[in-house]
Amino acid sequence: MSALVPSTKSRPKYRNIHVGEILKYRLPPAGYVSIMHRISGALLFLLLPLLLWLFDLSLISEGSFARLREVGGQWWVKLVLLVVIWALMHHLIAGIRYLLLDLHIGIDKERSNTTAYWVYYISVPLTIVAALRLFGAF
Amino acid sequence: MADNIGRKRLVVGAHYGLKDWLAQRVSALILGIYLIVFGVYAFVRRGIDYEVWAGMFAPLWFKIVTLIALGALFYHAWIGIRDIWMDYVKPTGVRLSLQVLTVLWLLACTVWSVQILWRV
Repeated sequence: MSALVPSTKSRPKYRNIHVGEILKYRLPPAGYVSIMHRISGALLFLLLPLLLWLFDLSLISEGSFARLREVGGQWWVKLVLLVVIWALMHHLIAGIRYLLLDLHIGIDKERSNTTAYWVYYISVPLTIVAALRLFGAF
Repeated sequence: MADNIGRKRLVVGAHYGLKDWLAQRVSALILGIYLIVFGVYAFVRRGIDYEVWAGMFAPLWFKIVTLIALGALFYHAWIGIRDIWMDYVKPTGVRLSLQVLTVLWLLACTVWSVQILWRV
């Protein structure tokens, strides 16, 4: 009958999470995908003016296209673009997972856990490949 | 139900937000398809010069498709950023101001996109 004895093990309780507690708060894999989806989305929104400006440069004229090549050649611009690519890959792959969840595909606990890991297994290598291309490895 | 009027009106439940929820998914689908097609093309095709690039955006149909994708992006961004303000910014005045600024900024981006596309 020991199963009926209430557990006296004290577990940490988080009601209203204070900013200082965020790092201590352990999330399931799907939770990490969720917060990264939000962070990557916010990043893309913030970098929107840069992206539109680069898009503008690419189309105005032959001269501005050459200027884009020049600007895009700077290592720090490449670094920013790498952040954009990562954010895009994560947001896209996690987004596809959410659309599948909406269709009730992989909605049970176990499979949603697995697909949360798969978001990283797919988006991280894609980011690495894009990074290698960006920095001229192939 | 008499309590559900005026100040005590229940603002959850009956389709509040359903339209935005759906718009978020539809815009995501449009963006996803556009990005995957475009991304694969840009990755496979090597040495794109100005001629090729500008030539791609020259036909009207491609301008329209791109503008629809960008419009989907801005509407998608609006819903997402609005959710962020609603989650983290509690004072009504500050939240409303941020939401208005977000809408204005995204409208500006839409106009900018038209200018970028139709200059080619």
